[in-house]
Amino acid sequence: MASRDVEKLDLSFSGVPDKPKKDWVIVSLRILAFLATASATLVMALNKQNKHFVVATIGTTPITVSITAKFQHTPAFIFFVIANGVASLHSLVMIGVDILGPQFDYKGLKPVLIPILDMMSLVLASAGDGAATFMSELGRNGNSHARWDKICDKFESYCNRGGAALIASFIAIILLLVITVMSIHKLKPKK
Amino acid sequence: MESIAKARKICHLLLRFLAFGATLSAVIVMATSHEKASVLVFQVEAKYSHTPAFKYFVIANSVVTVYGFLILFLPPESLLWRFAAATDMVFTMLLVSSISAALAIAQVGKKGNSHAAWLPICNSVPKFCNQVTGALVVGAIAVIIYMLLLLNSIHRVLDPLIFRKC
Repeated sequence: MASRDVEKLDLSFSGVPDKPKKDWVIVSLRILAFLATASATLVMALNKQNKHFVVATIGTTPITVSITAKFQHTPAFIFFVIANGVASLHSLVMIGVDILGPQFDYKGLKPVLIPILDMMSLVLASAGDGAATFMSELGRNGNSHARWDKICDKFESYCNRGGAALIASFIAIILLLVITVMSIHKLKPKK
Repeated sequence: MESIAKARKICHLLLRFLAFGATLSAVIVMATSHEKASVLVFQVEAKYSHTPAFKYFVIANSVVTVYGFLILFLPPESLLWRFAAATDMVFTMLLVSSISAALAIAQVGKKGNSHAAWLPICNSVPKFCNQVTGALVVGAIAVIIYMLLLLNSIHRVLDPLIFRKC
């Protein structure tokens, strides 16, 4: 009897370690980050404004020209949409991994891959943010030295919607930073 | 084992010195870009300080230069390396966003934007454009080196007992 108890004791302390418990803090942060990046992507991707300008008047009929402001006109905004889209896809995949994760064994390179991917999406999102911020600042204030006129006084709602997408992206970057730090901290070997 | 550890320490120090040099030269090349030209009847002057994106690039790279200089003096066994890993991450993000912003504005300067009726300016001030391009290339090299250093710092923090990799 005593030897069987000793054997049972041995089995419970060696072999496969406990599967990691689900960490609800990180999962909720990832859900928030996914919502922020997805909303930034959608708001910027659907950003479009038509405006009719009266160019000349022949007799009594005015000739109007319709000018459209779209996000595709500027490579910086295209990069912003792509970067935030990739970040939101990454957040979605990570939420799936976190919820379904404890069913699979983590061995080898897999635990390291998660913080590395987190860092890469953080870097991508912050790059897209930097480019879009300064491009919209150029649109709002113009640049007198290069003789570039500002466009925000004519296309107000386009500029406002772009600003809202930028704010969502800033919030997403802060959340992604916190998530990255937490997932790096999870890698620390428990003493 | 002793010589391998020493070689790795020297390698790490060399990488930090290269990063410091890269950010310093990005600052210098961007800050000295300056050209006067005459377009039609206007006197056009191109300076880095006319654009907030280039100003941000210079400021971000100078901050990282000062940080890179100070961290050359941190002894390799000190406990401050955890803090250094965090600041490494923040400064890498800063560098990435600054170079992305400068690239966006430089692209508008080179190609213009027909939809907003913004004409490219590189035809009138080619020397300024080339110098800005050089500064951006050096800035990109600095970003890559800082990303490698960030991975190294995180590895060093997580496994303090294993030999530091280069």
